[in-house]
Amino acid sequence: MSADNQLTRTQRDDLRTVAAMIVPASDEYKVPGADDPAIQADMLATLGRDTKLVAAALDHLARLAGQPLAELDAAKRDAVAQEFRSSGGTAAATLVRVVLQCYYRDDQVLRSLGLELRAPFPKGYVLPDGDWSLLDPVRARGGALRRAP
Amino acid sequence: MKDPVDVLIIGAGASGAAVAWSLAETKMHILCLEQGGWMNPAEYPSTGRDWEAKFYGEWSSSPNVRGRPEDYPINDDNSPIKVVNYNAVGGSTVMYTAHWPRLHPSDFKVKTLDGVADDWPIDYDALTPFFEENDRMMGTSGLSGDPVSPLTHPPMPQQPLGLSGAILGKAMNKLGWHWWPSDTTVATMDYEGRARCINLGHCTPACAQGAKSSTDITYWPHAVRAGVELRTHCRVREITTDENGMASGVVYYDKDGIEQFQPAHVVIIACNGVGTPRLLLNSASARFPNGLANSSGLVGKNLMFHPYAQIYGYVKEPTDSNRAPPTCLWSKEWYDTDLSRGFVRGYGVQFVRGAGPVFEAVVSEQKGILPWGEDHHRVFRKLNGHRLGFSAICEDLPEEHNCVTLDPVLKDNHGIPAPKINYTISENSQKMMDHALARGREVLETAGATDICINSPIPWGGWHLLGTARMGTDPKRSVVNEWGRTHDVKNLFIVDGSVFVTSGGVNPTSTIQAIALYVADQMKQRLANLFD
Repeated sequence: MSADNQLTRTQRDDLRTVAAMIVPASDEYKVPGADDPAIQADMLATLGRDTKLVAAALDHLARLAGQPLAELDAAKRDAVAQEFRSSGGTAAATLVRVVLQCYYRDDQVLRSLGLELRAPFPKGYVLPDGDWSLLDPVRARGGALRRAP
Repeated sequence: MKDPVDVLIIGAGASGAAVAWSLAETKMHILCLEQGGWMNPAEYPSTGRDWEAKFYGEWSSSPNVRGRPEDYPINDDNSPIKVVNYNAVGGSTVMYTAHWPRLHPSDFKVKTLDGVADDWPIDYDALTPFFEENDRMMGTSGLSGDPVSPLTHPPMPQQPLGLSGAILGKAMNKLGWHWWPSDTTVATMDYEGRARCINLGHCTPACAQGAKSSTDITYWPHAVRAGVELRTHCRVREITTDENGMASGVVYYDKDGIEQFQPAHVVIIACNGVGTPRLLLNSASARFPNGLANSSGLVGKNLMFHPYAQIYGYVKEPTDSNRAPPTCLWSKEWYDTDLSRGFVRGYGVQFVRGAGPVFEAVVSEQKGILPWGEDHHRVFRKLNGHRLGFSAICEDLPEEHNCVTLDPVLKDNHGIPAPKINYTISENSQKMMDHALARGREVLETAGATDICINSPIPWGGWHLLGTARMGTDPKRSVVNEWGRTHDVKNLFIVDGSVFVTSGGVNPTSTIQAIALYVADQMKQRLANLFD
């Protein structure tokens, strides 16, 4: 049993590989991939109640690949990934969700999206009041509440 | 043996809080038993960077996913719509969108007007003063004067239109369709000790600011100050009866899991459309072998959910994303019956401002519009912060085969049989949903949206739990009478969504609470002969 929330070394390796397949690094957008060590560490540290399903998904992935995912050539890896996503059910969906929820709270990623690195509370956000004259046509059309006997 | 209380209320959510507060002025000894505890806003999701991830676990709207000790499991395998709720002081008002329409006057006369379902034994006018009182207590915001909705007088101004509201309003104007800023229970100014909304994000899973009204911060402080006793972490197993067929009290498990008996002169159930029939069915006895107050056989029957038909898309302009309360506008364009549409009755629409980045990524990947690999980043930037949504709340008509029963195997952590849901979407509802999706597509395309996606029904959309202990004057066709007292047990009352005769096409909490206040008022007027 691994100390990292019960994922084995092989499972962790495959998690890193599949995470990079979902979200690769990009020079254009100046963002890391989901295999970035900090993002991977976040995933492993916060797996919690998702551990069992993620482990099941990784086992399914390993069965489809027949060997460590990273050792497959690109075409075979893509084929395995497609089969994994279509046949993996709730476990596969959970794994993908874990990857994405950790990726899209990473500081570098949020900066790249122009989002602030903070919790919503206590600062909140400002919302424009908007142009309420947009309601004028609705008022002009009027209407009536359906009568009840 | 505990001393009997005058009134024992089961459930401290929307209706339990309202009825407790209203009855407090009688100075009777009132006790409320609640299976959950008091909430701690410092622990609400919006206080942390991982706020979105929490929605998939401990803050899921589904009790089956959440699995807190305060929750009970629900077998909803036989339903395309899954039950969502929250169990705590405040109940599901802790976890709701705060959208605040009321049933329309015509909703109480469905049989007379449209020849389907049944009329209610009460009308809108009977509830009007209680709607008004409830709006003051809950603290509503909105714009008075919607020409096609019941007249309301929100004590606070409406929410800002924001970026999303403006785009949607323009599109609706191009199509010549009705829209209006929604009444909500989000405080837009400081109100009765609550701070104004600062747009923390999607406020459905509780508001750390306290701007969203939930009964733990509205009714309950007043009720407790007025002398109502609220006992938390107490789960009621059954209501007991005496030799005269009157409710004698309840058996419950206290915070330590110890079985207790609490005698009471009057019992009021406020557990909503799944919890209430579960409790009545679990209270079967030799005298009431089919469950308590169930001589009609209708306890648990006629479950109405409001199937949600949701459609959304992405515009080029930025939208409000998660930086605002989720709902901002409603439309009643398709609320009333028009048989040329191919179905009877209608639906309300709530427009949705957008989504946060994690939710956007997860859902878009599942929908197949956000790819894996190199193109992921380009597509995500096109989607994130550009979503607009249209959700139709379709009126479900009562059908007896849609029901809550007891699961023969599944039990909660106290060993109490869990509820089981059997539910199918009717042909009428399906036609209504299809109609709504077509209209929603028109609105979104008029707004310039692309990549349009559909959730119909929203699978985790069983927020509204109605009809399973319906109100009526005929004991053979209803469970409670026109003022909330069960036909079979003269000191047993029900005040929650289970008493709804029909569901309308709007979020029901405003009407549920108005009914609770109305029943409390009826009880106060009849105190001298309450059991006659």
